[in-house]
Amino acid sequence: SVFLRHARSRNYVSESEVCKLESVPLDFGDYHPLKPITVTESKTKKMNRKGSTSSTSSSSSSSVMDPLSSVFDGTDPLSLFAAAADPVTTAHPMDGARRKREKDESSAVGNDFEPWSSKRGEILARYTTTEKLSINLYMGSEKGKATTSGSAVSEKVRTRLEELDDLEEGSQKELLNLTQQDYMNRIEELNQSLKDAWSSDQKVKALKIVIQCSKLLSDTTVIQFYPSKFVLITDILDTFGKLVYERILSMCMDNRVSLPDNFSPESVNDTAKETCLNWFFKIASIRELIPRFYVEAAILKCNKFLSKTGISECLPRLTSMIRGIGDPLVAIYARAYLCRVGMEVAPQLKESLNKNFFDFLLTFKQIHGDTVQNQLVVQCVEIPLYLTLYSPAIDWILQCIAYRAPDVLLTEMMERCKKLGNNALLLNSVMSAFRAEFIAARSMDFIGMIKECDESGFPKHLLFRSLGLNLALADPPENDRLQILNEAWKVITKLKNPQDYINCAEVWVEYTCRHFSKREVNTVLADVIKHMTPDRAFEDAYPQLQSIIQKVITYIYDFALLFSVEKFLPFLDMFQKESVRVEVCKCIMESFIKHQQESTKDPVILNALLHICKTTHDSVNALTLEDEKRMLAALINGFIKMVSFGRDFEQQLSFYVEARSMFCNLEPVLVQLIHSVNQLAMETRRVMKGNHSRKTAAFVRACVAFCFITIPSLSSIFTRLNLYLHSGQVALANQCLSQADAFFKAAVSLVPEVPKMISVDGKMRPSDAFLLEFLCNFFSTLLVVPDHPEQGVLFLVRGLLNVIQDYTWEDNSDDKVRIYTNVLHLLSAMTQEAFIYHVDKVDSNDTLYGGDSKFLAEINKLSETVVSQILDHLKTLGKEETLKRQSQLALYFFNTILAHGDLRNNRLNQLSVNLWNLAQKHGFADTKTMVKTLEYIKKRSKQSEMSHFTDLALRLPLQSRT
Amino acid sequence: MGTALDVRVKRAGKVYRDGEVLSGVVVITSKDTVQHQGISLTMEGSVNLQLSAKNVGVFEAFCNTAKPIQIINSTIEMVKPGKLPSGKTEIPFEFPLQMKGNKVLYETYHGVFVNIQYTLRCDMRRSLLAKDLTKTCEFIVHSLSQKGKLLPSPVDFTITPETLQNVKERASLPKFLIRGHLNSTNCVITQPLTGELVVESAEAAVRSIELQLVRVETCGCAEGYARDATEIQNIQIADGDVCRGLPIPIHMVFPRLFTCPTLETTNFKVEFEVNIVVLLHDDHLITENFPLKLCRM
Repeated sequence: SVFLRHARSRNYVSESEVCKLESVPLDFGDYHPLKPITVTESKTKKMNRKGSTSSTSSSSSSSVMDPLSSVFDGTDPLSLFAAAADPVTTAHPMDGARRKREKDESSAVGNDFEPWSSKRGEILARYTTTEKLSINLYMGSEKGKATTSGSAVSEKVRTRLEELDDLEEGSQKELLNLTQQDYMNRIEELNQSLKDAWSSDQKVKALKIVIQCSKLLSDTTVIQFYPSKFVLITDILDTFGKLVYERILSMCMDNRVSLPDNFSPESVNDTAKETCLNWFFKIASIRELIPRFYVEAAILKCNKFLSKTGISECLPRLTSMIRGIGDPLVAIYARAYLCRVGMEVAPQLKESLNKNFFDFLLTFKQIHGDTVQNQLVVQCVEIPLYLTLYSPAIDWILQCIAYRAPDVLLTEMMERCKKLGNNALLLNSVMSAFRAEFIAARSMDFIGMIKECDESGFPKHLLFRSLGLNLALADPPENDRLQILNEAWKVITKLKNPQDYINCAEVWVEYTCRHFSKREVNTVLADVIKHMTPDRAFEDAYPQLQSIIQKVITYIYDFALLFSVEKFLPFLDMFQKESVRVEVCKCIMESFIKHQQESTKDPVILNALLHICKTTHDSVNALTLEDEKRMLAALINGFIKMVSFGRDFEQQLSFYVEARSMFCNLEPVLVQLIHSVNQLAMETRRVMKGNHSRKTAAFVRACVAFCFITIPSLSSIFTRLNLYLHSGQVALANQCLSQADAFFKAAVSLVPEVPKMISVDGKMRPSDAFLLEFLCNFFSTLLVVPDHPEQGVLFLVRGLLNVIQDYTWEDNSDDKVRIYTNVLHLLSAMTQEAFIYHVDKVDSNDTLYGGDSKFLAEINKLSETVVSQILDHLKTLGKEETLKRQSQLALYFFNTILAHGDLRNNRLNQLSVNLWNLAQKHGFADTKTMVKTLEYIKKRSKQSEMSHFTDLALRLPLQSRT
Repeated sequence: MGTALDVRVKRAGKVYRDGEVLSGVVVITSKDTVQHQGISLTMEGSVNLQLSAKNVGVFEAFCNTAKPIQIINSTIEMVKPGKLPSGKTEIPFEFPLQMKGNKVLYETYHGVFVNIQYTLRCDMRRSLLAKDLTKTCEFIVHSLSQKGKLLPSPVDFTITPETLQNVKERASLPKFLIRGHLNSTNCVITQPLTGELVVESAEAAVRSIELQLVRVETCGCAEGYARDATEIQNIQIADGDVCRGLPIPIHMVFPRLFTCPTLETTNFKVEFEVNIVVLLHDDHLITENFPLKLCRM
């Protein structure tokens, strides 16, 4: 009774006048941190704003500029820093040298050169075999030879050879029946043992390993595995080349300073030169051609130690050396390796690249010679397969040649290929290696050549595929475009094998989407469906089909247009495996969210997307991961937000109803729907300017009902609470009083169910902070909720207070009392003649009761109870360990009285003084806060009608810190 | 180990020529002081002749008399008897490599029957209690460049069944035509042997084409001589059935230790030949022989 009878009466209007921040007239040119940096060319204005950070805004951009990017002028700070730090690195010569080397290399071969490393994996994945492989390693082979001609070999040589053999005593290893994986493991082991041998200073053994490995490359049994074998073994060779080079380079170290990157042979010391020469002599005496070639090519770079012209002399010699390799496949791969090393070591030497290719053309006829044919018969390998084995090597060589080559050279290359009867194999490699622009510009020529070309076993669909790949990257001349498509598709559609067909079609879809209208795209899709449906061929082609969809939605992102492509949805029907279908649907939805600018009501789009969303939604089951669910929900929400029927609110609501029935498994979608419906209700209110007609009132009630029945189906308790409150507010705003009451009652009765701990982002957290926040929010709303005529005064507030009273709070928390203190704020606001805020067109209790004394008495009774509860609690905190809490709560309560109580009342005045003293009693009060509070009181006392504060201030002693 | 002795010549390749100065250091490492009776350094060069087993019966008498022929032998006293401090001691030395009179400093050569070797031997004589220490180190002598210009002597060759000698059944031979040339049979030892070879036609598939480097060593005197040919290197230049009509390079680097300039003396001769060996798929072996003259420029 002490308190509220004496609640300070407030004049909210004048108070807000006083409390409002001083309004400062805004200067238009004034700097504001949130204002986008706009066109500011005027120099004078900039002068005014000295000290502002917008000095960079001289760039005239009307859009929001990212301050971060503008400051650094597009270069990121790290690279700037690195550039600035460059001189520092010279202190670390090794580092500097390496960086410089990288730089130099990149200057010769830019980033646009697709490196070997990127081809590697592709080759390994493509050229596989199930046949058994074998590795033949004669570690002691030289010894065997030595003993046969034993009489002729001097004792000295023999002992020398024997010494070498000791490392792997006469080990002639023959590993048979290896699976491909075994084989690869073995090769990796060899690579490792090479490194081991090298690091343990067994250079001869290392050399032997390399020789034996490169010998494997002359073996063409299991020919379909040859390209992969080449990849594996050249890895070892690369390792070896690097080891030798680095070893010799390290010998050149003079006083711990390594050679500069572009050192001249003169600066190499004699020991290093001698070692280098030794390597070359050793390699020159390798008996067999293929190992000799490969090992010398591997250490080609070491020529730099010996002479300036070494590499440029070696490359042509090695190139012509390959002529001695009889097997055309082995030879072309040897050429590929030489080109690879050449590009790495001396990319400026283009001549031998070309020479390699011309030599290859000269020996081209061998491919169809008897020797090769016999071999294929023995191995049961078909010609088309055999020819594709050449592709990686030829592609690589041509890529090296074509790299930054003038068009003239490319034309010459093409002519040369043509002379060889337009061979399909060559044509294919030309198309995959040359610049896309070059190919695209001559598309019609190429189509002509493809048609004419001598197939000789090389599958034509691969040619069209290659052409398609080029056309996806570069545009052909405008006039030819349609003809190109027609010609190509004529061939593609005739392909019998679905796998061949889809590989081709996949590529050409991109071209079609890029240059043609939906009619052509539709035709193409229809053709694909026609080809892939028989025998459920699509089951083996999901990746390709998926990629087709991807391409279509990349180019056609106008969804009205997309769904008007008749065959698009039938195309989707081919994805019958659920995981793939969901994946595809997700892609489409992502694209929709990304590209759809305006909300839509197009029935075609809605139907199609609802169907797609439904598909993804239905994939959710008990095993779906949380993240996955979240993502799906976000996609569906994105779609729902884009749907708008404009002024047709009923249609909109029925869409939401339909959506609810469709997406009932994803809670976030339901939450979104509730929000959307609430928004719809508010939108209706806005349109009617707050005066509902009978029809709109009924509609709004329907909206409210929608929310009311949807909320209970959610599982998260705080989501439900907040939505009840929110929907209640919406109902109130729409004058649906009994509905609002229902929401609030539901919320009140839900509070006892709030658990102590809730899971937030997968972690268990105490729920009290959330509950406190919610309750405060709730009380603020309850101020304006008018009492129900049939229920008692302040029915809802009482109900909520009862719930709070019964709720099992944490033992050592003061939350209950904090809430009570906040309830006092509410109660004091309720005693005012006019409430601080109202809902438009809803009469709150201030109007209903008009300051009736019974009503005020009721409030007083309530506040009396609350205050006594608070004081009781303060008493229980008198124990040693809770004194700090006591002090804090006392001060909190004191502040409440200060703000809301009428301190002219003596008892209240006395209570506040007591609280003040209690707060300070045990030295737990923060002195700074106390001083500030006192200052505030003194300041307030200067205002009119507040003179009693002066007396109060005098009665509040400040405790000294001791 | 108490004391270690090492001889190091200055040049990394250990190659020296007539008239040059052979310099280097003798390195003695020891934990304690070394007591010695003097350290001397000997430079030796000699030709060793040996007869092959098949000739031994015939020339036994002669064989026994085939003593090493001394080319050069000189000794210098490096350190007088005394003590060396502990740790590492380096004693530099210089030897002028000069022949007396009109003797020739033959080039280092390691063959089967002829061996020309040069060594540096360091001896440390010590008191009776400790063993004498010896360390030898081989160094390599290259002869001076021959005077005058080397005239290239190119050879063209054509191999067909008809050009072959020593054929048992000419009729069973498959038809073939192999043409080619060597750029020169007068070769500078440091330069590779080069040329080209074209398989114009061959009925049978080619299996391999190889270059066989053969040395011919002749030892002898008035009583008679022994001549032996041995393969010193075999280099494959073609592997498999090569493309017809396409020139294949002939390229062979002369191995360093096993070749020397062609040498003719009264007591022995070292000569070189190259064989082009074509191996056909039906195991036919075709060989064409070319004598070479090696020299050092």
